[in-house]
Amino acid sequence: MWVYVKQLEYPVRVSRPDLEMAKNIFAQFGGPDSEFSASWRYLTQAWIMPSGVAKSIVIDIGTEELAHLEMVGTMIDLLLGDATPEQMDKAGLGAHYVEHGRSLFLHDAAGVPWTSSYVQAHDDPITNLRENMAAEQKARTTYEHLICKTNDEQVRKTLAWLREREVVHFQRFGEALDRVQERMSRRPHF
Amino acid sequence: MAVNPVADLVREMQTWHFVALELNLFLDTHPANRRALEDYNRAARRFRELWERYEREVGPLMDHGFSESPGEWQWPKGPWPINTGM
Repeated sequence: MWVYVKQLEYPVRVSRPDLEMAKNIFAQFGGPDSEFSASWRYLTQAWIMPSGVAKSIVIDIGTEELAHLEMVGTMIDLLLGDATPEQMDKAGLGAHYVEHGRSLFLHDAAGVPWTSSYVQAHDDPITNLRENMAAEQKARTTYEHLICKTNDEQVRKTLAWLREREVVHFQRFGEALDRVQERMSRRPHF
Repeated sequence: MAVNPVADLVREMQTWHFVALELNLFLDTHPANRRALEDYNRAARRFRELWERYEREVGPLMDHGFSESPGEWQWPKGPWPINTGM
């Protein structure tokens, strides 16, 4: 089961409210390659994973992604500050204001709502681990685009830290894939 | 009936955890209720004792540094409750 810990995994600071950047960062809250997609992609795969190694890696990384979702949400909330409806309108968040006010919601940078068709889970652990490695690359690229979109050093620092986690996760999924392939090569499989 | 001390320990942990969880929700909306607070603290203490016993006798319960792993890395070792239902 899961519990909540009243502590962020890494500090989230912003120099000043920035509505355009808040809008951009929704990409990593409810977009295709978001932390939400990552967490539930990995966590839904846990039941089918064939070994303790594969099971623990999807559960441990899937759980860390929930902590990243929390950080991304905090970053958006701080960047929204106490924006007025007019300011949100000007930043392209007018429709968001109408439907959600200043609340967070699972949609991407363009306002498109999250859908489970962004993720995949199969009963083949190799398929799943390759899916996960691709997902980590896509999230890393998205963070790189986000870093290019801001001059706020505080925001860049948090985004760069989150980007690094994608690299580490890619590495660990790759190692889990090696272990699963080793295990499966002991008997014929296709 | 077969004796399974680990299953019994897990059941007792689930019981005290649920007592604490239920009182947690109640206290969120009734923070001034002293009796609920005392019950909560009693359940939390009992749950912690059982938690420590489980980790001593069976293995780590939490990931991400919330549990130590004496001797060797025990976390990936089974059984995994998501597959056993226990």
